[in-house]
Amino acid sequence: MVKKVKSETELSWKDLEVGCVISDPGNASQYKTGDWRSMRPVVDKSKCIRCGVCYIFCPDMAIHKTDENYFEASLYYCKGCGICAQECFTGCIVMVPEEE
Amino acid sequence: MGKRVGIEVSIAAADAVGMADVDLVAAYPITPQTHIVEHLSELVANGHLDAEFIPVESEHSAMSVCCGSSAMGARTFTCTSSQGLALMNEIVFIAASLRLPIVMILANRSLSGPLSIWNDHTDVMSVRDCGWIQVFTETGQEVFDHVMWAFRVAESQKVSLPVIVNMDGFILTHVIEPIEYWDPDQVKQYLPNFDPLNVLDPAKPTSVGAFGMPGIYTEAKMAQNEALLQSKPEIIKAWKELGDLTGRHYNPVETYKSEDAETVFLTMGSIGDTVAMAVDELREQGEAAGLIKLRLWRPFPFDELRQAAQGAKRIIVIDRAISYGGPGGPVASEIRSSFYNEDNMPVVTNFICGLAGRDVTPTDYIAMYEQSAAMAKGKVRQEDYVFYGVRE
Repeated sequence: MVKKVKSETELSWKDLEVGCVISDPGNASQYKTGDWRSMRPVVDKSKCIRCGVCYIFCPDMAIHKTDENYFEASLYYCKGCGICAQECFTGCIVMVPEEE
Repeated sequence: MGKRVGIEVSIAAADAVGMADVDLVAAYPITPQTHIVEHLSELVANGHLDAEFIPVESEHSAMSVCCGSSAMGARTFTCTSSQGLALMNEIVFIAASLRLPIVMILANRSLSGPLSIWNDHTDVMSVRDCGWIQVFTETGQEVFDHVMWAFRVAESQKVSLPVIVNMDGFILTHVIEPIEYWDPDQVKQYLPNFDPLNVLDPAKPTSVGAFGMPGIYTEAKMAQNEALLQSKPEIIKAWKELGDLTGRHYNPVETYKSEDAETVFLTMGSIGDTVAMAVDELREQGEAAGLIKLRLWRPFPFDELRQAAQGAKRIIVIDRAISYGGPGGPVASEIRSSFYNEDNMPVVTNFICGLAGRDVTPTDYIAMYEQSAAMAKGKVRQEDYVFYGVRE
């Protein structure tokens, strides 16, 4: 949709492509959905069995595998929906309110 | 110069689309547009036109197919009326926001209910704010010329917007008129190949029709509105070149005996001819009457209208649709806005008539002229519109 890499609130109407066509497909990855979040997933590694069920269920593919083979959410994308916490077998993920 | 033939206007309109070498037609037959679509399907089936004809299952699909086709870079045409336009409504708005240069003939017919197949402008007024360039025609020749003009304007890289060519149902669609067909050379000279700004191409992927958050939607709408406003110079240029090529000259606003007129009628579409007869009669009676015909409806020609009505003390706006519970007819509403805050604002009286094909004769327009004069002696408010000829 955009000619230059600017956040959507910086773009003027003149920056938009004709018909809002997206000429660089995949640029949704630049889009920060993390600021929709009111709850943040917090993992208790002592309970985590590294099964990856959170990774499978995350609707936004915001969860990735760390070098230690744990799973964590990228807070740039995580909307805080809580599905990972709901699905976690051991209850190691807890949703914590975001603070100001 | 082209060949002059006596032919049904719908058939000529379809022939014009064929001569414009359209790549794809997706349409669903509906009265009174049917003959246009039928003839195009014949042209394709008989091998006279090398195009895809997609006989879709509804108008919603017709416009959806047109969007896909136009986004692929194909010259695209559709045609509908009334309920068909209502059914495709959702995609009509999308076509404009995606800046897809689709051409559509709208054979104007009243919207249901009561169910009616006859002519008025209630269908097109339901998409007044759809973002398409919208133009009205008065004769079969104008329809033929405006098919070429519409492709030329729509596909111009400076415009890239869809165009609706309005033609009155039955009054134009089903009438046999002498029409001068263009020479293939004239078409070639006037209408370049379609060179789209964006093309859906797997080799160079793009996304069309993406989501827009509150942070960007207003900017997208500003850009779209600006595109429609900026299309006007191209619209006028395309008319000028059409005039040079054919000798037939078109303008956003056209006039008849309006130069010294104190009272002007204002019309859109085929009734202009009938009102001109009333103007002649009124002139013979010594009345300073004239006529202004609005050809371009969107983008609205504010300057040309004010120029044309300069000196007029009273405007009689003929509307063929109504904005229920609002300020009368949608055309009158626009005319009042055009003159609001202007010096010497004329009195605007508004008559709603000719709904669902009811005949309106020169005698009726003379009666409206007299009624308007009587109304203008008092204060005329915007809610003082008249359903002309309604039985009490």
